[in-house]
Amino acid sequence: MPEELPTLDDAVALGLTAEEYELACEKQGRPPNQVELAMYSLLWSEHCAYKHSKKLLGTLPTEGSAVIMGPGENAGAVDVGDGLACAFKVESHNHPSAVEPFQGAATGVGGILRDIFAIGARPVAVLDSLRFGDVRSSERSRYLLEHAVAGIGHYGNSIGVPNIGGEVYFEEPYEQNCLVNAMALGLAESEKMIRSAAAGVGNVVLLYGASTGRDGIGGASVLASAELGEADDSKRPTVQVGDPFEEKKLLECSLELLERGLLVSLQDLGAAGLTSSACEMASKGEVGIDLDVAKVPLREADMEPFEIMVSESQERMLCIVRPEDVEAVRECCEKWEVSSAAIGEVTDSRRMRVFSGEELVGDMPVEALVDDCPLYDLAPERPTEPLYPPPPATVAADAGPQETLLELLGAPNLASRRPLFEQYDSIVQSRTVRRPEETDAAVLVLPSGAGLGVSIDGNGRRVAADPYRGAVATVLECAANLACVGAKPLGTTNNLNFGNPEKPHVAWQLTESVRGIGDACRALDAPIVGGNVSLYNEAPSGPIYPTPVIGMVGLLPDAARCGHLGFVEEGEAIALVGRFRPSLAASELARLRGEPLPDGLPEIDVAQVAATQEAVREAVRGGRISSAHDIAEGGLAVALAECCLAGSIGATVELDPEALTDGSLDAALFGEAPGGFIISGHQGAIEELAAQVGLAVIGHVGGEKLSLDAGGERPEWTLDQLRAAHDGLVACFP
Amino acid sequence: MKFGVLRFPGSCDEVDAQLAASKVGEAVLLWHGDRDLQDVDAVIVPGGFSYGDYLRAGAIARFSPVMESVVEFAGDGGLVLGICNGFQVLCEAGLLPGALLPNANRRFTFRQVSLEVVEPGTSFTSECEAGERLSIPAKHGSGRYYADEATLEALEQNGQVVLRYEPAENFNGSLRDIAGVRNEAGNVFGLMPHPEHAVDALTGSTDGLRIFESMRAAAEGAHA
Amino acid sequence: MRARVLVRPKEGILDPQGEAVERALPALGFGGVSEVRIGRMVELEIDDPSQLEEISGKLLANPLVEDFEIELLDPAAQ
Repeated sequence: MPEELPTLDDAVALGLTAEEYELACEKQGRPPNQVELAMYSLLWSEHCAYKHSKKLLGTLPTEGSAVIMGPGENAGAVDVGDGLACAFKVESHNHPSAVEPFQGAATGVGGILRDIFAIGARPVAVLDSLRFGDVRSSERSRYLLEHAVAGIGHYGNSIGVPNIGGEVYFEEPYEQNCLVNAMALGLAESEKMIRSAAAGVGNVVLLYGASTGRDGIGGASVLASAELGEADDSKRPTVQVGDPFEEKKLLECSLELLERGLLVSLQDLGAAGLTSSACEMASKGEVGIDLDVAKVPLREADMEPFEIMVSESQERMLCIVRPEDVEAVRECCEKWEVSSAAIGEVTDSRRMRVFSGEELVGDMPVEALVDDCPLYDLAPERPTEPLYPPPPATVAADAGPQETLLELLGAPNLASRRPLFEQYDSIVQSRTVRRPEETDAAVLVLPSGAGLGVSIDGNGRRVAADPYRGAVATVLECAANLACVGAKPLGTTNNLNFGNPEKPHVAWQLTESVRGIGDACRALDAPIVGGNVSLYNEAPSGPIYPTPVIGMVGLLPDAARCGHLGFVEEGEAIALVGRFRPSLAASELARLRGEPLPDGLPEIDVAQVAATQEAVREAVRGGRISSAHDIAEGGLAVALAECCLAGSIGATVELDPEALTDGSLDAALFGEAPGGFIISGHQGAIEELAAQVGLAVIGHVGGEKLSLDAGGERPEWTLDQLRAAHDGLVACFP
Repeated sequence: MKFGVLRFPGSCDEVDAQLAASKVGEAVLLWHGDRDLQDVDAVIVPGGFSYGDYLRAGAIARFSPVMESVVEFAGDGGLVLGICNGFQVLCEAGLLPGALLPNANRRFTFRQVSLEVVEPGTSFTSECEAGERLSIPAKHGSGRYYADEATLEALEQNGQVVLRYEPAENFNGSLRDIAGVRNEAGNVFGLMPHPEHAVDALTGSTDGLRIFESMRAAAEGAHA
Repeated sequence: MRARVLVRPKEGILDPQGEAVERALPALGFGGVSEVRIGRMVELEIDDPSQLEEISGKLLANPLVEDFEIELLDPAAQ
C-alpha cells in the first residue's frame, strides 16, 4: 500500500470531475485513498451510475401484466405461462470489441449469459446486433466483422447456447466505433428466480469461478502507473479473455446451487468487477459488506488491493451463503471443478469495508458509492445543420428497377446473413423451431408446446433522420417481426448506443429516442424490463448514428403454427396487408444513391400499425395463411424477393404505384415505412382476412421467376439472379 | 433398451442426445467422474466442447474415469455411438480409426447436410436403405476426417465407412467425403453430423431417429 | 532463410487452454506441473529476415494478447 494519497489529478485521470471528487471527499470526510478512489471512480462512471441517462430511463414504461422482474435486477423477466418465466436482456460490449474484436465480442456474450443465470434462469438463446463501417470500402471493418462474428460464435457454440437471430448494419458513422450488442434469454421456474440483494448479517460472501487477474483494469491503471516502470508491460492492464469452458461449468454449478436452495442471493461480476457486484448487493439489501482481498484467488501474484477490486476478469460470480451452507456450496463447486473462496461477510454497518488480510485498505458508505453519484440533466438541442455527411453513392439515381433490386439485395445491409449465422450453432438445446432466414422472428418451443418469439432490431440511419419516429419505428419493427410468427409482445429490452450526451445534439437524439421508445412500448403494451446504455461512442469525425437496439419477446400459443416468411405453394395468392405508405426518405436506396439524411421522417399512425400487426398475428396463429413477412429495408420489392428466395419459388405481382405513393415507382417498389406485410395463402383465406384488415391482393406464387408489373415497367428476375445478388456478403468471409 | 449419455465438463448436446434416445428407449446421463455405467445397453458420447476442446478436440476427455469404463464396455461388444465431439473423443481414445482435423473452410460451420447411407446393414443403420439420403444438421469446427491412405483403403474394404457427405456438402473437407465410420467389430460408430438434432419435425427433420432405432434393434437383437 | 516464430500468450493474459491442460494432468497421475501456457510455433522460409519482426507483430501474433519470439535457424546447423 503506498502511503501517499491520490490527488485531484488522479481523480480526473480516472474520469471524475473536480466536483465529483469534492463530493467523494465530503462523503468520506477526508480524501479517498487509492482503493476508495478506484471504487468511487468506477461506481460513479457513466457505465455504472447512468449519470446522464438515469433520469430519462425513468420515463420508460416498466410495468405490465406479464412482467415478473423489471429493471434493476441482473435481467428482466416476463411470465410465459405454466409457471415459467423468460429472463432476457441486451447489453453492449462496444469498446472492448473495437480494441480486440474476437475477445471483446466473446466476452460480451459471456457477460450477458451471466446476467441471465445470475437470476436463476438457464440461458436458452443468444441474439446479436452489430454495427460496423462499410465493409465494401473499409478493410478495418471487414476485420472487425470477421473477428467479432467468430468471437460470438466461439463463446455461444462452446457453452451450448444457441444463437437464434440477430442483425447487422454497415454505415460510415460506425467506422471508428463499432457496436457489438448481445441479447440473451433464459428460462426459469418463476418461483425459483433469485435476486441480488445481500441479506442476513453474518452470512458469508463467497466468490466462485475463475481466478482474478489484471484483465480489463482499464482506466484505473493510472493509479498503478506511478508505481510501475514505464517498460513493465506485463503489469499493464490487459484485454479480457473469455473462457467459455469455465463459464459452462460456472453456469451448471450456479444452477445446481440454486436448485438445491443453497444461495441467499447471487450476482455476476461484470464491468467494475468485485467493486460493482459487492456494492450493488449491499445497496439492494441495505446492509454492509466486509471483503478481504487477500482471500481472492489470484491468477497473478503481487496484485494490489485496488487492482483486485476493479479487475474485470471474466467468468466469476459472487453469492451470499448462510454459514451452515458454505461447506455444501464449496462441495458443489468442487464437483463442477470451479474454484471458490469465502472472501467476506455481510454486516449491518451499511459500509463497504475492504481489507487486505488484517489491514483495512478501504472504508466507504455503501449509499455514497451506489446512490450518491451526481445525476446530470441533459441540455438537448435540435441540430440546425446536418450531423452526418451523406454516404458515398454506389447506385446511380437513374438506374431502373431491374438493376436497382439486385443492387439492393446485394447491399451489405440487405444481403443474406448466411455467412455470419452459419458460424453459429442455432439448434443446440433442441428448442429452435425456425432457423435464421426462415422467419422474421426466432421461435423457440416451450415445454407446454407454446412458442417464444424473439426479435432484435435497430436502424440507426432512420433514427438519425428522426430520433423520435425512428425509435418508434424500431420498436414497431420488432413487434412486426413477432407478428409474422404469431407472437404477441410481452416485454422489451433496449440498449441505447449513442455519442457523447454532454453534446446538446446527442442529448437531443437520446431524449427524443427514449421518448419514442416509451410511446411505442406503451402503445404495444410491451414494457421495458431491462437494458443497458452505451454512451460516448464518438470519433473525431463525429458521433455514431443514434442506435437504440430493441429486443422484444413475445408468446404464441402453438409453436407448430409459427409459419414461414418464404412463399410456399404454387398458385396461392399474395397480398399486401396494412396501410402501407412507403417513402424513400432515409431508405436503403437513398443511402446507396448517396443522398443526405432527410430532416425528419413521415408521421407514423402507431394505432393503425398495431392493428395491422394484430390482424397478421391472428391470421398466423389461426394457421390460415401460408407465409408472412414484414416489409422493411429495401421496401416491397426486396420483401417480395426475400419471400421468393426463402421459399425457392417465384411470384408474379402487379402493383399500382398510385395506390401506394404519389405515383413514384421507385418509392412504391423500394420505399420504406412501418406497417406493411406480404402474406400468401389460399384465395379464400386471404378474402376472409380482407374483411378484418385493409389488404390488396397483388399477385400469386409460382414459377422460377419474380415478375413485376408496375407503373408501366415489367422487370423480372430469375431465382438464380436474385440468389447470386443476395450472396453479397460472402466475399467478406474468404 | 437403456441408453447412457456421457456428460463431461463442457458437453453441450448431452441433454439433446438424452431427449432423442428417450424417443426409442430409456436414457440416463453418466457423469464423467463415475466409472459405473449403470447397466446401460448402449453408450452415447455426445457433442459439445468437452474440456473446452482445448489442446485438441476430445484430447482431454478421453482420459476421464468414465471413458475407462467405456473402453472396457466397447471391448466387450457394447454399442457405443460418438456424435461430433464424441466422435473426436472416440478417435482420440483409439476406439475408432483416424482423426478429426480443423474444417477446410477454417470456420465453425452449421449446415443441414445430406448424407448417403453407404452401409445399411450395421447396428447403427439397420433401419436405413442402402443409398438412402439422410438430412441431418452438422455443426463443428474440427470435422475434417483424416486417416492415412492404407487405413482409408482398409476402412472401405471392411465396410467401415458407414455414412458419406453428398460431395457438394462436404464443407469440412473430409477425406473421401467420410461423415461416419465404425470400428472393425461394428459395435462402435462415430459421426460428425448430429442425428439427435433430427428427431422431431417441429425442430427439423426426423431422419436422425433411424440411427437410434437401429441401435435399439441391435440391442434388442442381442438380448433376444 | 529458415526461421521459427514462437507465439505465446502474454504474461498476465488468461490462457484457458493451458489451464485446462494443467487441471487434467493430475488425473493422469502427473503431479507437480504448473504454469502451463500454450502457444503456437510458425516455421517459415524467408528471403529478408529483417521483415520478421513486422510479420510477427502484424499477423502471426496478436500483440494485444500475445508475445512472440523469433528464432533464425542457421542452415549450416541443420
